[in-house]
Amino acid sequence: MTTANVTRSIDARGMPCPGPLMSLIGAIREGTVGDMIEVLSSDEGSKTDIPAWIAKAGHEIVEVVQEPDHARFVIRKVR
Amino acid sequence: MDGSTLSLVMFSGTDDKLNAAAVLTAGAAAMGRKVNIFLQYWALDAFRADRVLKDHGVAPEAGPDGAELMQRHGGQHWSEIFRQAKDIGEVEIHACSLSMEMFGLRVEDLDPLVDGQEGVASFFVDVDGPVTFI
Repeated sequence: MTTANVTRSIDARGMPCPGPLMSLIGAIREGTVGDMIEVLSSDEGSKTDIPAWIAKAGHEIVEVVQEPDHARFVIRKVR
Repeated sequence: MDGSTLSLVMFSGTDDKLNAAAVLTAGAAAMGRKVNIFLQYWALDAFRADRVLKDHGVAPEAGPDGAELMQRHGGQHWSEIFRQAKDIGEVEIHACSLSMEMFGLRVEDLDPLVDGQEGVASFFVDVDGPVTFI
């Protein structure tokens, strides 16, 4: 588990597409390199959108955990 | 910025189509694409500062059930999604000067999301691929 290292948590459950991704982008922009950002999302679109954006923007997905009613993403701000 | 520009002509002024346009804009901006928007007719009317947050209804194909479904689904207002898209990317929104004249509007009457007004030929200066009309 990486929970202990999380520096910021975003609970975007219930937020429709593209809300969770937009919240993550905001947190990345405000953060500093090395931040570990956790996003909880119940939006199915996040499962493709978050990895697509991370690949494009050059950050790192540390962990994706599928919970019964949402997914949990942990992202490291790389640059 | 990379990839081609998303060129969007917004015509419809119902909340479902405004929301669809806002979501497309946010996705394109997130993925590093420039977004070039031209507001005409009822979409322009929806961007009036005093009307942006009012209920603009839904397209006729929604029917009463569709309208209720949208209301229940909630989510962020389309104007907020546009604001976020402008915040993270290069999104330019211009009002069609013909529609501005028809409605008797000045740029000051519009929500600050709108960068200004331009003629249709100016809109095409930034078009580098297909134009999406909604």
